[in-house]
This record gives sequence, C-alpha cells and structure tokens, in this order.
Amino acid sequence: MGQVLFNGMYTGVQYSLIALGLTLIFSLMNVLNFAHGQLYVLGGFVTYYVYGGMKLPFFAALLASALTLAAVGCLFQIFFFRPVMRRSVREESSMLLSAGTAMMVESLVLIFFGEKHRGVPAVVNGVYELGGVFVPKGRLLVMGLSFLCMVAFILFMRYTKPGRALRAMAQDSETACLMGVNTARYAILGWALAAMLAGIAGAILVPISGVNSGLGNWISIKTFIMVMIGGAGVISGAIAGGLVLGIIESLGYHFFPGGETYLIIFVGLIVFLAVRPNGLMGKAV
Amino acid sequence: MAKVKTALGASLFLLVYLVLIPWLFRDQPYRLGVLTTASVLSLISAGVWLMFYIGRINMGQGGFALVGGYAAAILVSKLGLSFWVALIGAGFITVVISILVGLPLLRLKGVYFSMITLSLTETARLAAQSLSSLTNGTKGILNLPLPGAVEIAGFTLIPDFASVDKHFAFYFLGAFLTILGFAALYRVVNSRLGWLFRSLQQNEDLASSFGVDVPRLRVIALAICALFAGIGGAFFVTMQQSVYPATFTFQDSTYFLLYCFLGGLGSVWGAFVGTFVLFLSFEMLQGLNQYQPLIYSLIMIGMMLWLPNGLLSIKPPFFGPGEPKKEEARP
Repeated sequence: MGQVLFNGMYTGVQYSLIALGLTLIFSLMNVLNFAHGQLYVLGGFVTYYVYGGMKLPFFAALLASALTLAAVGCLFQIFFFRPVMRRSVREESSMLLSAGTAMMVESLVLIFFGEKHRGVPAVVNGVYELGGVFVPKGRLLVMGLSFLCMVAFILFMRYTKPGRALRAMAQDSETACLMGVNTARYAILGWALAAMLAGIAGAILVPISGVNSGLGNWISIKTFIMVMIGGAGVISGAIAGGLVLGIIESLGYHFFPGGETYLIIFVGLIVFLAVRPNGLMGKAV
Repeated sequence: MAKVKTALGASLFLLVYLVLIPWLFRDQPYRLGVLTTASVLSLISAGVWLMFYIGRINMGQGGFALVGGYAAAILVSKLGLSFWVALIGAGFITVVISILVGLPLLRLKGVYFSMITLSLTETARLAAQSLSSLTNGTKGILNLPLPGAVEIAGFTLIPDFASVDKHFAFYFLGAFLTILGFAALYRVVNSRLGWLFRSLQQNEDLASSFGVDVPRLRVIALAICALFAGIGGAFFVTMQQSVYPATFTFQDSTYFLLYCFLGGLGSVWGAFVGTFVLFLSFEMLQGLNQYQPLIYSLIMIGMMLWLPNGLLSIKPPFFGPGEPKKEEARP
C-alpha cells in the first residue's frame, strides 16, 4: 500500500506541474490550451535529442527544452492567439484555434520525430528502500525537480514584479491595463512560462517513461481532468487536482489491473461535477 | 418571391444530390463511397452545429457516434435484429445516454463543457475497449450483415442490399438520412424552439429571467445532437460492416467542429457545405493522406485568422436565403 501511495505521489507531482501551465494560460486569457499535452511531448523530444542524441549533460537538455518551449509559447501568442483574440468576441474562436494548434504540433512532431517510442538512459541509478517501499533514485530526482519548479513558479508569481503583473491580469485584464501593466507583453510572457512548464515536465519524464508522438492528446485530457477536479484558473486547484488524479490513478491501477481505471475515473468525474461544478477550489463560473 | 427562390434552390440541390451525382459516379464505387461518407459525416456534424447554435462547443460528438455505432452493431450481431430496427434502436439508445449524461454536465458552461465533452469521447472509447463481453474489446465487432429488405404487405419498400448494387443503396440511404436530418434541423431552427435556442446562445441568464426553461432546452438540444450522432454512427458502422473502439476518436470530434466552422455557424447548411468541401477536396489531393492532420490543422488555424465566419459568409448563401442572420454573440 505504501508503494502504491508513493507511486501516486510521484505521478501526482508531475501532473501538478503540467496542470500549472494550463491553469496559467486559462486564468490569464481564458483560453483553454488544447496543445498543452503536445507541448509536453515536444519538450520530451528536445531532451531526447540533446541528452540522448548529443550526449550533453541532462541539465543542459532540461534548459534546452525549457528555452525551446518558451520560444514556441511566444510564437503561439504573437502569431496565433493575439490576432484572433483581438478581433473575435466569441469564445469558440480561441478554443478552435487552440484545438487547431494542438493538431498542428502533434502532426509536426509525428512528421519530424516519427512514431517510435523513444527513451534515454537513466540520469541516476539505484534504489532506496524505506520501510518496505522501493524508491528509485531517478523517480526521487523527478519529484524533487518538479517540486522545485513548482515552488519557483509560486515564488515568482508571488514576489516578483512580473509575477504581480500576471496575477493582476488574471484578476482583471482591463484594470491591470489601466494600472500601467503592458498586458500585450505580459500575455506573451504568460504563454512562454506556461509552455516552458509543459516542456520542463516533458523533459523530466523522458529518462523514466520515454516519449512518443501519440502521447499528447492523452496528456491533454488528463490535464483537463486535473483542472476539472481542482477547479480551473486557480494555482492551488491545479496542484490539488494533479495530486488527487495521481493518487487515484495509482490506486486504480493497483486494484483494477485491466483498462477500467480511467473509465471509472471518468464516470466518477461526471458524478463529481454534478455535485461540485467548479471543482475543489474553483471560482464560480 | 423568397419562397419561390428557396423552393427552386432546394429542388435544384435535390436534383444534383440525388440524380446527377449518382449518375456521374455510376461506374466508380470508390468515389460513391467517399460521397456517402461525406453525407453521413455532415449529418453527424449537424448535431455539433446545433450545439454551437445554443452556444456550446460539443467536443464529444465522436463519442456519441461511437455509442450509436456500437449500439447498432450489438443489436444486429448479438440480438439478431434487422438493421432497420437497430438503426432506430441506436438512435434511441444514444439519446437516452445523452440525456443521462447531459443532465449534470450541461450545467457546465463554456470551456468547462468542452473539456468534459472531450473526455466523453475518451470515455466512450475506453468503455468500448473494456466492456469486452459486449463489445469484443479492441478486436471490435466484424462482419456485420448488410441491411435486409423492408416489405409492407408483400410490396418491397426497400430491397435487400445484398441483391442490388450496395454502393448505390448506401449512397441513397445516406443521402436520404442526411436530407431528413437537415430538413429536421431547418425546421427546428425556424420554429419557436429555434428562437428559444438563439436566446440561450445570446445569454442564458437573461433567457432564464424571461421564463425560458433553460435546463430543459439544453437537454433537448443535446438529445437532438446525439440523435444525429447515433443515427450517423449506426449507418457508418453498417456501411463499413465493422466497428472498433477507434472508429470515432478524439480527432474525429475535432474534425466535426472544423466542418461546422468551415461551412459557417450562421447558416443551417454550414455543416453540410463544410463537410463536403473539406472532405471532397481532400479526397482529390491523393497522396497527401499522410499529412491530413497537418493540413486540416493549418486550415483550422487559417480559418480562425482570416475567415472566422465560414465559407457561407463569403457570398450570400445560395441555399435558404430566408434564414435569420446570426449576430456575433457577446460572451
């Protein structure tokens, strides 16, 4: 049981990291980023090439993933989302645009990287044993890094000037603009940060579970589940949703080794949303 | 005058759709099959269009279509019912499921509704995979029989599909269902119900304060939407004579949205025009199949950037000039 809970925590921490990026864009611009899972996959592939292919140190690969994805995020905002959001008053437009970008990234990844499942050698080897629970060092590293990123992100949002500006935008974009926040520029920063978080999550995961081009949609769907559990647009909700999903998933795989876990999760989610449409911590819609 | 024009346009369209096209492609069963598929996909997309019409983005249409397909396949292969009963049964089952699911989920608005319906597509796929006593799991249900004959008092209404050219038979059945579906859609939109739906699209709270029973109407819209998906899915599965968990996927759900948007959300015929234009132009670009998702996604992004109101907004709509003009809804 301890092992199951540890695995749940391990999965949950990564999930939280992925959900943070989605939540950031959602709260800033009210855009649901369908491409989030695809960005995660892209981050994984960058690390695969830099760390597995070019044999550079893992942290260089991590940095490369983060920077590449931050650039992709900027481009998304500048070329796609800004023109559409500026002109359109309908929610549908931004959502379809983001579904389109998801499909585009996925097919580009498929064309350039192929459909093989790619893995890289582990960063650290060895296993700790704590009271009957096996804790591989690699997984501990993943948990540590994810945790570090989350803390860094929260501190950034809490105590720095750009962080404050982003929070102001999330609360009320127009008022923030009136208070002298350059909302256009900070929107780009928001996208860059969010894509970077997805990229980092992808990069950290490659040494353990590998990456393939078909993962994206599934990751996006999982992220949506987390956001719905936790409540959209709230940082604490993203983290709670990620942890909850990780632990439920781990328990599910333990008790139902067949494929029923996610079926049960979906049905449970529908019932849960009937009771609490805004999730655990969400604001009223 | 407008009525005459409408009638003229409609009969011209029927002439092309039911006479000219089958005649042109009489020796090309493959092309005919492609056109049949386009018909049925446009029928399924029409459901998504209706959800757009009440201001919801339904990303679960693939899931509903899959439910319809499996329902028909199970009714035919496990219970030995005839295709025609199964077709109606599939529609019925899909509607019941959509109502059960819709009652709690339609309370969610905007992005939340899209997220949960997207999950519905995955739920349907997983259910098809794991309930293997009913659905044969990943292997799917194969070798479905062709639709049999329908006779009333010794008079053959519809011949056995095995005894005639099945490509023609499927084309006409598909065309018939599609025409029926779009006629129903046109009727709904141009009725009192249509006005009520438009009021939901504009502002649900305001509509509610005027005494519109918003929750009931939302469920009605979803039920109609699911009915289209169920019938379309059942027909598609029978045409393919097999069904797998991957018959309708996440990607199909997104394509349905794209079809509607390409045609335009302002006109009832948007889903029809969008599906035919995109699906057929794609068939002509043989050899690009590998890049289909990429090209579709680029079209989708391009549409959002340069043509947000769809193809039918370019020139005055040819079909049905009597439709109400839809304003851009404020969020």
